[in-house]
Amino acid sequence: MSIRLRLFLILTLATSAIWLSAALWINGSTRAQVERVLDARLAEAANMVSSLISDQRIAVAGGPPATISMPADPDYSRQLSCQIWSLRGDLVGASSGAPGAQLAVEEGFSTTMIDGVPWRVYAVHNDALGVRVMVGDRMQVRDRLVSGVVAGLLWPLAVIFPALAVLIWISVGRGLAPLAQLEAALRARNPDDLQPLPDTRDPREIRPVRRALNSLFGRLDQVRRTERDFTAFAAHELKTPLAGLRMQAQIAQRATDPATRDRALAAIATSVDRSDRMVRQLLDLAAIDHEATPAENLDPATLLAEIAQGADMQAVGARVHLLTRAEDAPVLHAPRVLIQSALRNLVENAIQHSPCGGTVTVTASTRSGGLRFTVTDQGQGIAPEDHARVTERFWRGTRTSAQGSGLGLSITAAAVTRMGGSLHFGQARKGQSIWIDLPSGPSAP
Amino acid sequence: MRLLIVEDDPVLSDGLSVGLGLSGFTADPVGTLADARAALRDSDFAAMVLDVMLPDGMGTTLLAEMRASGNTMPVLLLTARDRVRDRIEGLDAGADDYLGKPFDLDELAARLRAMMRRDQGRASALLHWNGVDLDPAALTATRDGVALRLSRREFAILHALIENPGRILSRGQLEERLYGWQEDVESNTVEVHVHHLRAKLGREMIQTVRGVGYRAAGAT
Repeated sequence: MSIRLRLFLILTLATSAIWLSAALWINGSTRAQVERVLDARLAEAANMVSSLISDQRIAVAGGPPATISMPADPDYSRQLSCQIWSLRGDLVGASSGAPGAQLAVEEGFSTTMIDGVPWRVYAVHNDALGVRVMVGDRMQVRDRLVSGVVAGLLWPLAVIFPALAVLIWISVGRGLAPLAQLEAALRARNPDDLQPLPDTRDPREIRPVRRALNSLFGRLDQVRRTERDFTAFAAHELKTPLAGLRMQAQIAQRATDPATRDRALAAIATSVDRSDRMVRQLLDLAAIDHEATPAENLDPATLLAEIAQGADMQAVGARVHLLTRAEDAPVLHAPRVLIQSALRNLVENAIQHSPCGGTVTVTASTRSGGLRFTVTDQGQGIAPEDHARVTERFWRGTRTSAQGSGLGLSITAAAVTRMGGSLHFGQARKGQSIWIDLPSGPSAP
Repeated sequence: MRLLIVEDDPVLSDGLSVGLGLSGFTADPVGTLADARAALRDSDFAAMVLDVMLPDGMGTTLLAEMRASGNTMPVLLLTARDRVRDRIEGLDAGADDYLGKPFDLDELAARLRAMMRRDQGRASALLHWNGVDLDPAALTATRDGVALRLSRREFAILHALIENPGRILSRGQLEERLYGWQEDVESNTVEVHVHHLRAKLGREMIQTVRGVGYRAAGAT
């Protein structure tokens, strides 16, 4: 159901309910008022008749009942009926139109059914003359009076009601206009447009919606920008070595002296190695981002040995010592590809930034509730202000030469996140220390 | 002709320096925007080869800065993404030309020569002066149809002088054209090359302006 229809129904029903209760109230109070006034009139009329009898202005004798002319009142003359009864129970006088049956038995006010019609009666004893005077009117008259008043009130309302409903419908529509504007603004947007919605003077209720939408747009835009940056960076990082290869190949082709040619050929070999590593890292990254690999139970000591073996060539080439130490670390339950990528890139990174003859230490140790892998090198270290940025894809530190791809630490970070762990940067006594904290997780028996 | 190469990849940067050197240019490589700014402040270059993506920012930022400060040096952008939109962005940022990686060394050299020719307001690729024809692409020179045998440095000095006949070039300016940063400048080397040139062309062709420098004699 649309908000407009909903609000319309709520408002019209509420209005109707208020009107209804008002009508009931008016009905009740009018009835009370009418009763009070007419009762007073009955009593007045009865007393007047009684005093007229006492003054002998109305003859009450034996024989046929006298006809009493009631006090002239244009509205009520025909509606009031009067009877005079002797104490013995004979009707001694009656107004024209008064019923034959006795109007009341008790003195004072009473309600009697006569010929199936309810009457309101006031009876007074005239002890001096030994008569009872009764004046009454039909309840129907009173009801008619009250319903006349209420109807007089309700009819205009009934006429007004459709007009009011139309007004409510239009007003609700106007009231919801900001929502409609927001909807129109959203509908008119280009699907690629992730700009925040303009900061118009929204009503207070719309503002949180707009803020929420803008924050969503912002996050989407961020994701898309990251993806776009990633493609741009990947293109740059893959095509630059190709350009270098082509350049060096052309130099090798046309160089006249052997020294220039050998230099170009060596550069080609370096470039191929670096491109190979870059492609492998991109594949790692894709695997970490998108592949679902089952977790398995891994022995940290074996894992470290594998990593050390894999990095051996690089370490020897860079003249860096690689030490591994597994201090009775618990069994790790994680996807093999993730932990291997994380550690391999950390270690490669550490070797790359180590001075010649330096040492890279990799340890696995127990930590409360999990496992910690620490990689420490003796290099320059990462500038503390760069800690937040080193895990960005393709970001290279300001202190490094252009050797790396800028992907290593972002691969580690992505893999660690996938494993539910955390990556930390610390200062080693001499160099950089980076550690990975992992939950040991559910280990199968 | 001295070029500034702004490229952070060591292999490509080295390839550009050596390869453009083979094509008759003198190339000075830098790897960051900061170094490029410093180089532009300190030295005079005939043109610049600029990578779009550098470790400390975008090449187009430097380009926009240069253009904003009124520097009209010809700039060729190198970029990984060779899509139409990228090209438009690069050219709109003030680039004179644009090459997508990977590219051909000869094409790069030809584009650089064309850029510099346009910069000097010439349409023809060949330079003519007093019967001497100079072909900067082939690095060859002829006099009255007879090939002149010139060394690379002699060619560069002759090229510099007849680019603007009548304009006086100081020894320092000529040295800048001849040597990059990595090369040691031997003292009086310019004099030696000029001496050789005069021997091949005739004494009167290159005039010495005492205390100022050299100039190519006469009209084209």
